[in-house]
Amino acid sequence: MEWFVMGGVEELIKAHGELEKEVYLDFENSSPVPGEIVEVMLPYFNKVAYGNPTLTHKPGWEAYEAIWKSAEKVAGFIGAREPEEINFTPGETEANNLALIGAALKQKKNGRKIIISEIEPLSVLHVCRMLESYGFVTVKVPVDEEGIIDLEELKRVADREVILASFMFVNNEIGTIEPIKEAVEIVKDRSPESLFHTDASDAYGRIIFDVERLGVDLATISSYKILGPRGVGALYVKSGVSLEKILEGQFGTQRLWPGVENTPLIVGFAFASEKAFTNFERNIAHMRHLRDKLIDGILNGIDETLLNGPKGDRRSPDNVNVSFLKCEGESLTVELSLKGVYVSSGSACTRRILQPSHVLLAIGRKFEEAHGSILMKVTRYHTDEDIDYVLQAICESVARLRTIYGSMGG
Amino acid sequence: MSRTPLPYSPKILELFRNPKNLGRMENADASAVAGNPACGDMITFYLKIGEGDVIEQASFESYGCAANIATSSILTEMVKGKTLREAWEISWKHVAEEVGGLPSVKFHCGVLAVGAMRRAIRDYYRRRGEMPGWIPEEPTFEEKQALEEEELAKRLAKRIGGGT
Repeated sequence: MEWFVMGGVEELIKAHGELEKEVYLDFENSSPVPGEIVEVMLPYFNKVAYGNPTLTHKPGWEAYEAIWKSAEKVAGFIGAREPEEINFTPGETEANNLALIGAALKQKKNGRKIIISEIEPLSVLHVCRMLESYGFVTVKVPVDEEGIIDLEELKRVADREVILASFMFVNNEIGTIEPIKEAVEIVKDRSPESLFHTDASDAYGRIIFDVERLGVDLATISSYKILGPRGVGALYVKSGVSLEKILEGQFGTQRLWPGVENTPLIVGFAFASEKAFTNFERNIAHMRHLRDKLIDGILNGIDETLLNGPKGDRRSPDNVNVSFLKCEGESLTVELSLKGVYVSSGSACTRRILQPSHVLLAIGRKFEEAHGSILMKVTRYHTDEDIDYVLQAICESVARLRTIYGSMGG
Repeated sequence: MSRTPLPYSPKILELFRNPKNLGRMENADASAVAGNPACGDMITFYLKIGEGDVIEQASFESYGCAANIATSSILTEMVKGKTLREAWEISWKHVAEEVGGLPSVKFHCGVLAVGAMRRAIRDYYRRRGEMPGWIPEEPTFEEKQALEEEELAKRLAKRIGGGT
């Protein structure tokens, strides 16, 4: 029987033919690394610093120096006091796992209660579900229709039993900038010994923040989300805060993550950070302009569309998330791919089970609205022409898919 | 909610780009819907039935992923020229085979397409008041699955309160 397939997709790629133009907007899920960042990383694979940074020879010390300098840079960009507070991990998922499991295990003598929001990433939600099976209790704070966490509800549920709270700084799907400082004050006021973690992966490089002023104990940042290489991220751990390790093995420069450090990726991450913070105001203004051009172009140009998440300054400068009724998101991503426009969808059809994006459901979107959503992120490298091309591709694609929908539902 | 790779066959992509027999059929002798937009999957299947219960024409409308569109479209091709009894015998596995295989998470697309077709045939005979013996009283696997998917969407919508 040939009804099951799990094979190569060469034909699928070939079917795209010669594309007139390609615009990649799926920066939520991965990122091409700009040439200048690749250039900086290349020597670290085989020219310098290819040694193990814990060893007593020149290539080892070079690696140590490269990692130390990288940690210094990253620490500076988030307002950390010491480079030692930056713990490089293989990515956002690993940093979130380390933060939550490491904090919960360390704090379990003080209590079992963990507070998160309904719109956390899966590397927080699913870790909490796992922790629940070991006796921890998770309380989820709801969000309003723009995705802002309900601080009144947080005041109600935060008590001295809380050992850990984790709230995203900027929501990865709908771009909502959360009131983290206020949330920290509420939680610390009621449970001074508790730890506060924020996944700041979508805030880093988009809004200026200072971990000391925010008052957080732990913060996750990710490399590919600022156009750096995949496979590296970091967990900020405030001096004096102690976490249990979650992996065992040979520890080196990274006191919370074992294994040989990946120097080229760490260097790439630090350089990508530098680039993100160079001409920062100008780049952010450019991204806001492109973001709003894309949002307005869709909402004004296509009927039966909805913006997911807030508008203006309360939204991350790069995030565009819209829902199209009568047009399913997965088929829209395929149709757009054939036109050289690469986006992702909150539709259940791109996932293993029937349920679409939990973030869109949490802000009150109906199922059919969530199934018809697409997520795009603009960068400083995009141009007005790119957005014009994307808008035209989206208009054509939605129109064609709506002819397939036809007359259903009246 | 984790994602899964979707290595679509060239046939699925071809039918997605150029679906055959697309669109509402105004003079249909039978039609049925399976799924709903809340499931992220909905198909309407139309049949034009001629003498000897032979399917002269079939068409579809669809809301769903590329596999949903492709499986619906291929089924309209597969049933054309067949008697209703022959069409009834087509299973979701035949449909999956015909589109060059489906990724496992997309099996339900083929199931939903067959579910819609069988509902249309069942309804056709019900309206004529003469249910043939080869149509089982109990809904078949594909019809049951369509119903279950619709009910699951309703339950999830209630539980999660996905909007008003």
